[in-house]
Amino acid sequence: MDRFVFLVGTGVARGVVLALFALSLVLIWRSTRIVNFAAGAMAVVCCYVALAVTTVTGSYWLGLLAAVACGALLGVGVERGVMRFASDRSPLSGVILAVGVVMILQALVGIVAGPQYRPVPTPFDDRALQVAGVPLLSPYDLFVVVVALALMGGLRLLFGRTTLGLQLRAAAFAPEVSRLLGVRVARMRTLGWVLASAVGGLAALLAVPGGLGLNPHATDALFVGAFAVAVIGGLDSPAGAVVGGLLVGVVLTLVTGYLGAGVAPVALLILLVVVLVVRPTGLFATVEARRV
Amino acid sequence: MTSSTTTRDAAPAGDEVRGALPRAARPRVRRTVARAVLVVLLVVAGTFLLDPYRNYLLALVGAYLCATAGLGLLVGRSGQLSLGHAALMAAGGYGYALTAGAAADLPDGLRTVLGLLVAVVVAAVVGLLVGLAGARLHGPYLAGLTLALVMALPAITTTVPGLGGDRGLTVPFQPVPDALDAVIALEQWQAWVVAVVAGVVVTALVLVDAGRTGVRQRAVRDDEVAAALAGVPVGRTKVVAFVLSAAAAGVGGALLCFVTQNVSPGAFTVSLSLLLLVGVVVGGVGRLAGAVVGAVLVVVLPWLVSLLTEALPLGAELARRLDGNLALLLFGVLLVVLTVLAPEGVAGAVSRRRAARRRAARRPGREAP
Repeated sequence: MDRFVFLVGTGVARGVVLALFALSLVLIWRSTRIVNFAAGAMAVVCCYVALAVTTVTGSYWLGLLAAVACGALLGVGVERGVMRFASDRSPLSGVILAVGVVMILQALVGIVAGPQYRPVPTPFDDRALQVAGVPLLSPYDLFVVVVALALMGGLRLLFGRTTLGLQLRAAAFAPEVSRLLGVRVARMRTLGWVLASAVGGLAALLAVPGGLGLNPHATDALFVGAFAVAVIGGLDSPAGAVVGGLLVGVVLTLVTGYLGAGVAPVALLILLVVVLVVRPTGLFATVEARRV
Repeated sequence: MTSSTTTRDAAPAGDEVRGALPRAARPRVRRTVARAVLVVLLVVAGTFLLDPYRNYLLALVGAYLCATAGLGLLVGRSGQLSLGHAALMAAGGYGYALTAGAAADLPDGLRTVLGLLVAVVVAAVVGLLVGLAGARLHGPYLAGLTLALVMALPAITTTVPGLGGDRGLTVPFQPVPDALDAVIALEQWQAWVVAVVAGVVVTALVLVDAGRTGVRQRAVRDDEVAAALAGVPVGRTKVVAFVLSAAAAGVGGALLCFVTQNVSPGAFTVSLSLLLLVGVVVGGVGRLAGAVVGAVLVVVLPWLVSLLTEALPLGAELARRLDGNLALLLFGVLLVVLTVLAPEGVAGAVSRRRAARRRAARRPGREAP
């Protein structure tokens, strides 16, 4: 029972990070109807930048800031430089372009940093705290949960309560009308990418210490997990991403804890297939108007 | 993928629907098969000009050709995108390896044929499962699902007993038949087998594409609702496309296993999946010539890059880092640049230029009264 409680606690921490990364996919999907398959590769670049800054300055927090800044810059670069050319008519061209970005970024990281795993420092202890004799969460897990929840709350405020958020939503859902009303749609799209990839970079930096360490492919599994989360929650729904993230995080941690780490990707695959067969639009998606 | 290609593709294909009547279809089938036999014979003859290592590379090209042809058909004709074709190749490879291991008593030729058949079945079944899950979905969903599949491959091979974990399976050595032993080397024999099998696979794909199934796939790709109203079963058509593509990839994996005598998860990574996609896009989506260009690139470019890194005076560490990554970088840049500038790929650009030249050559004559 102790073990179960511990695994659920760890699973929640992991799930919150997954949810955060999935949110970055949802943000881009909502604003451009593109699933950003390059999110993992963009995030891994942010992690390397953060690690470099932390190593040079000795401060974890400067590294964290660097990851966010790097994410924002990459967002501008990838959107303006590549993804803007995705064709509206074919949903495949966005995926293909993103795959190209993945190959370029991962190859560059591989050339600059090499293939070996590097340990990533954490600002807090990552050994579990005992609560009433039961190991539960580590201080680092708590930190992750707090940061992720704060970020999600901030995004919710931004989109729900500010003029900028209203413009972002308007540009995503009715680009033509928004343009007539004076919203700079192209700028809003870029801003959506900036927000999303900054969030993605931060989420990856929070997630990496839980794994083997940093390597050019460290975020591949994170991306696939977040994709599953976004699909389970419905690509259109931020709330779905949060619930889906918690679900997937807990399930994966339980599977890892009881059956071994090797089984986790298979469990994720099965979960994804089941959700896609039973409810392909996700658990929380609003009904899509039928295009006839 | 655009409407302009549709009309061009659909115009001759519309005749093929009527041509699906057996008698009228026969000349086309005969012509395609004759052309395939000719090409395979040319390739077989060409192997005499190559040294063993280049014959080995040629065999690899043939194996990857099965996968790129299948993937090209899937992307170009049915509008579905798979990032997991490496896993489907692996399914074929493991099917082949398990069969060849179990049927060690059979004579060599029979064992190979049996292994290939099992590879087709295994890959098709995996493709059916994935296709069923993905058929109701649009592009990005299926891409993500297949990506999850290829990511899970190492985990599958370690959890399922009998697949040999990370080290994979080794296939019994297949020597050159006695009658030819004195004439050709092993690599050349392997290139022959691969050429024949790849020829059969590609011919089958071309014939299916030219027939009723191909017309239905293009109809579904261009407008699902219109296709459904015209009586095309949308879901089934998509699943059939995926199964066909998976079976072709499975043969590719089996051939790879036949040539390298080994199948392991390390050979079928996400990177290979992405490379296959690059091959398809660079060559020209949905074109047979494009699939050939793509398969050649997937084999030859990494080889050229490793030759280059060995020739340049680089440090050992830098050379090692460049070795795998430089090819990947080049492929990524190619993919982005081509998708933006020439969505039809190399084969498409060449045939468009040729058509334009032909039109230009014809015009003065036509304008004369």
